[in-house]
Amino acid sequence: MTAPYLADFTTLSNNGARAEPDWLRTTRRQGIERFAALGFPTPRNEDWHFTSVSSIAEATFTPLRGASGQVAKSALEPFQFGQSDWPVLVFVNGKYDASLSTPASLATGIRAIDLSTAMRDEPSLIEPWLGKLSPSEDRSFSALNAAFMSDGAVIHIAPYIESPIPLHVIFVSDANAAKGVAHLRNLIVAGHHSKATVIESYVSLGDSGYFTNAVTEVQVEQGATLTHYKIQRESQRAFHVHTIDAKQARDSHYLSFSFATGAALSRTNIYTNLDGEGCGATLNGLYMADDEQHVDHQTNIIHSQPNCFSREIYKGILSGSAHGVFNGKVYVYPIAQKTDGKQTNNNLLLSERARIDTKPQLEIFADDVRCTHGATVGRLDEMALFYMRSRGVSTDAATKLLTYAFAADVLETIEVEAVRSELERATLERFSGSSATP
Amino acid sequence: MLEIKDLYAKAGDRDILRGITLDVAAGEVHAIMGPNGSGKSTLAQVLAGNPAYEVTGGSVTYQGIDLLALQPEERAQQGVFLAFQYPIEIPGVSNAYFLRSAFNSIRAARGQEEVDPLEFLDYMEKKLELVDMDVEMLSRSVNMGFSGGEKKRNEILQMAVLEPRLALLDETDSGLDIDALRIVANGVNALKRPDNATIVVTHYQRLLNYIVPDFVHVLAHGKIVKSGDKSLALELEAKGYDWLVEPQGALAS
Repeated sequence: MTAPYLADFTTLSNNGARAEPDWLRTTRRQGIERFAALGFPTPRNEDWHFTSVSSIAEATFTPLRGASGQVAKSALEPFQFGQSDWPVLVFVNGKYDASLSTPASLATGIRAIDLSTAMRDEPSLIEPWLGKLSPSEDRSFSALNAAFMSDGAVIHIAPYIESPIPLHVIFVSDANAAKGVAHLRNLIVAGHHSKATVIESYVSLGDSGYFTNAVTEVQVEQGATLTHYKIQRESQRAFHVHTIDAKQARDSHYLSFSFATGAALSRTNIYTNLDGEGCGATLNGLYMADDEQHVDHQTNIIHSQPNCFSREIYKGILSGSAHGVFNGKVYVYPIAQKTDGKQTNNNLLLSERARIDTKPQLEIFADDVRCTHGATVGRLDEMALFYMRSRGVSTDAATKLLTYAFAADVLETIEVEAVRSELERATLERFSGSSATP
Repeated sequence: MLEIKDLYAKAGDRDILRGITLDVAAGEVHAIMGPNGSGKSTLAQVLAGNPAYEVTGGSVTYQGIDLLALQPEERAQQGVFLAFQYPIEIPGVSNAYFLRSAFNSIRAARGQEEVDPLEFLDYMEKKLELVDMDVEMLSRSVNMGFSGGEKKRNEILQMAVLEPRLALLDETDSGLDIDALRIVANGVNALKRPDNATIVVTHYQRLLNYIVPDFVHVLAHGKIVKSGDKSLALELEAKGYDWLVEPQGALAS
């Protein structure tokens, strides 16, 4: 139902609360117009065939405008990989919280500010990219986000800057987010020949139902390497839609990892355009769901130029009545000769009712390429289970350990050790009570 | 220690064990021999509790308790150990973690305290020596990329760690060269105690040169067709199985 959003937009425009530059007002107006025209996607739309968003469309979410949560610094510790000294930008219920954030500890050459400040005080940090890297003509949720985008992280990494310390952006929601929607918009510009890691975490304190509608726009300039982790641990009653759009210049590398374990319904779109020669893209991910959770990943790897490579491994573990969706597209333009692409999606079903719809797709229009793809759906190896039980390990512990083992190799691709071990722990714990790492 | 009475079992619709009766006392080594398909591996699997097999008749009493009523992990906790003919590969789980999980599960079931990774590594040192394995093997995924001999030695290592009361060795000699065979056999012999028992399932007499049995049983078509002492194994080596098996085969077909 689009009407409440259209009404909200009119209210916002009329009350004049936003003294915004013309280009931004135009972006917003175009966004709401596109959203009004498109409406929410339906299963008739091929990209949404296996994911019904009627639960989002039919609910009424109030825009979150900085509903202040009483979030203590210590409440964020469980999400910080044991690294309290890493710089963080914290957004509480969709609004930047300066008291919890530590941008001052960023390395020289890295800027990170909140979007609302950038809109007001430094539009030059956003204008060249915002809404351009992630177009919303055909995307309902991105159009809706363009209309309402209120806050998010704006990150600039200067040319040649190499930072070994990741920048962590935390979007945390608490009880005050109930029935609210946050339209978050992030921008990451990795200057030429820079090297950095950005982590986006979407987490909950408590079990509120709310809606996160996020867009992250990414520019990876020539020769730059950007490692970008997205960790979604929202409440099991939350709705989460997030589109990441990366554009890569010549000789750049974009390494993405999506870890998704929360939300009643989540949809993560990760698109990267290898728009220069000599680029590499690595898109890996792990999704885990149980009960009635629905977890959907859609990735597009667009090979626009020759001599690039892409690697993709997504793994899924589904239990209960969970429904997983993976739709991975590798698109190779006619001029993108010598493209080297490899895509894999492996799924483990732990229950009879769990379901996965997986669709790896290659669309190749060049003739001199090497591209492979494959998908598997399996269950736990009964012999391995018996083998472990015959050594005294309980069925429960053996199941959990084998489940963890299924995911171990994709988790190993996470290069930042603190993040890797925390996600390994979270994976083991997702289906177990043990906390050790095998 | 172990009394098997008229045991019947099947896999799917196929009857495999057709009335096995066997008594094993503490301190004894029994060899189960027989041609391929006679059911000797099934016997070992059934005793360990592999859910792929269904027991359709008979009873198994182990140290006075009904073994068949126990889950596989409970059997292990009670001291039953099966060395697999084809050890399972478990990618993503390190050998050390697997061994320690097993060790601690069994300790916990016995009301003993769990050991931490460092204590466990100390404990492992002597065990590794016993089967001539490098400590490096502990950090590799369970049986992944192990040679045939390494897999079998890893089985005996697990046995050494878990110190079972009843050890079932299922074709532990298959695929081993003579050096590996000797290492494995020495390991088994070193673990022998007056209060534990060993059942060695094998097709060939060769292993029995190293692990000397007190009793030898010949299994054919799911039944023990002949029992004797270790000289029976030598007789089988010389004469093959046909003289024992053929009449049964005619009946079965």
